Amino acid sequence: MKQLSVNNLLGIEDLSLEDIELIFSFADSFSEVLKRPIKKVPTLRDITVANLFFEPSTRTRISFEIAEKRLSADVLNFSASTSSLTKGESLIDTAKNILSMKVDMLVLRHPFPGAAKFLSRHVSSVIINAGDGSHEHPTQALLDAYSIKKKFGTVKGLNVLIIGDIKHSRVAISNIICLKKLGANVKVCGPSTLIPKFLSEMGVEVSYNLNESLKWCDVANILRIQFERQNINFFPSNREYSMQFGINFDNIKNIGKNLVFMHPGPINRGVEVTSDIIDSDNSIVLDQVENGVSVRMAILYLLASKIKS
Amino acid sequence: MLEQRKEILNSKHLNLTIRRLSSQVIENHVSEIDKSVIIGLQPRGTALSEMIHRNIERETKKEMKIGYLDTTFFRDDFRRRKDVLIPNETKINFSLEGLNVILVDDVLFTGRSVRSALDALVSFGRPNSVELLVLIDRRFSREIPIEPTYVGKSIDVIDDERVLVKLDDKKKCVILLNKNS
Repeated sequence: MKQLSVNNLLGIEDLSLEDIELIFSFADSFSEVLKRPIKKVPTLRDITVANLFFEPSTRTRISFEIAEKRLSADVLNFSASTSSLTKGESLIDTAKNILSMKVDMLVLRHPFPGAAKFLSRHVSSVIINAGDGSHEHPTQALLDAYSIKKKFGTVKGLNVLIIGDIKHSRVAISNIICLKKLGANVKVCGPSTLIPKFLSEMGVEVSYNLNESLKWCDVANILRIQFERQNINFFPSNREYSMQFGINFDNIKNIGKNLVFMHPGPINRGVEVTSDIIDSDNSIVLDQVENGVSVRMAILYLLASKIKS
Repeated sequence: MLEQRKEILNSKHLNLTIRRLSSQVIENHVSEIDKSVIIGLQPRGTALSEMIHRNIERETKKEMKIGYLDTTFFRDDFRRRKDVLIPNETKINFSLEGLNVILVDDVLFTGRSVRSALDALVSFGRPNSVELLVLIDRRFSREIPIEPTYVGKSIDVIDDERVLVKLDDKKKCVILLNKNS
């Protein structure tokens, strides 16, 4: 019998290797549940979860909502644009008001780095970080690593390349931390203006040569350019970025091995990757989405188990 | 600390009991073995379910479906334990719609595991009927009104005692352990 070492999921940084393996083992069980004719279990029937999304989201919000519903939790969806935030209400006041209606868990997406940690200091409910600015996106990293594990049987010793806008990507940061904890070799590749300087301290190799990096890797995780977090131009044009760092069939035809392609979405087809790559048999983009539900069910289940009845 | 108190069934008796249980299932299901299925409850009912299943197939010379069911996510003690229970594998690769299910577990105690199993079963379709086969029935310990259809041996045991069923190849037996020893 085991238990997670944390009471909230604020970032991958807080998780031990044992925590990650525990989440993966429960994700395996929930993957089986999701293949049953009736894909619902009654476990969280006395738990209420509020999804607080202060930023737009398609996959993450729907994935959390379906995971919560498959576990029989009561679900509240909160969208910043239609709330009293527009009248000037603060994050803490919003959360406290929602929690006073007997909500047990908060799933928070917020544009400010550290928002989930900040809120965890002011409220007593369980908090799951669904992305805080350019800081962390722990559930995405867990589902990415879980998808790699399902594809290869292990993450340890694999060469994983992360390509694109590393500077503004919470997915990249969380992926790097998670993959390193699981024993993968991680390299990043992108324009020098979009690679933060602190990466070498994280034990990550940096490359500016896409074709050489592709030859090195087993898995290529392709990220989109986060234009919404950029207030200056980090490269001259989309076309130039695509020519230098976009992945197309020409990049891989002479590599001599089958690479696995991943993308956390949303995909800008024709910019960071072409359709012939991302729709190919080597792409596990839709497996990532499917696995996301099992992984989020595992996280919700394990954190809810710590709320005493 | 658990210590053996006494042997309830020795290897010879255990084999005879399992053969008798298999024969009783055949007696009730012989006309429609193809519509009957053995479901072993994880974790401790699976070994017994495999033995019963093997006996039935050997005796009737017909194939019979078998599956394993884990009930962790259907239990009623979630958030009431210090640690989370680690689920075991559920392996039911067919629909239970219209089938006659024989649930198999080693020991029937409070009845709560069987209640959760009855809830979990319907995730795989609506069975025509559900029967319960247990090797050991701890009488007078029920917390939920559930009774077995097939019983290997009924015993009277106080709460501080634990029944251990050993079905591995080295030594097959059922023993009673005293928790306070």
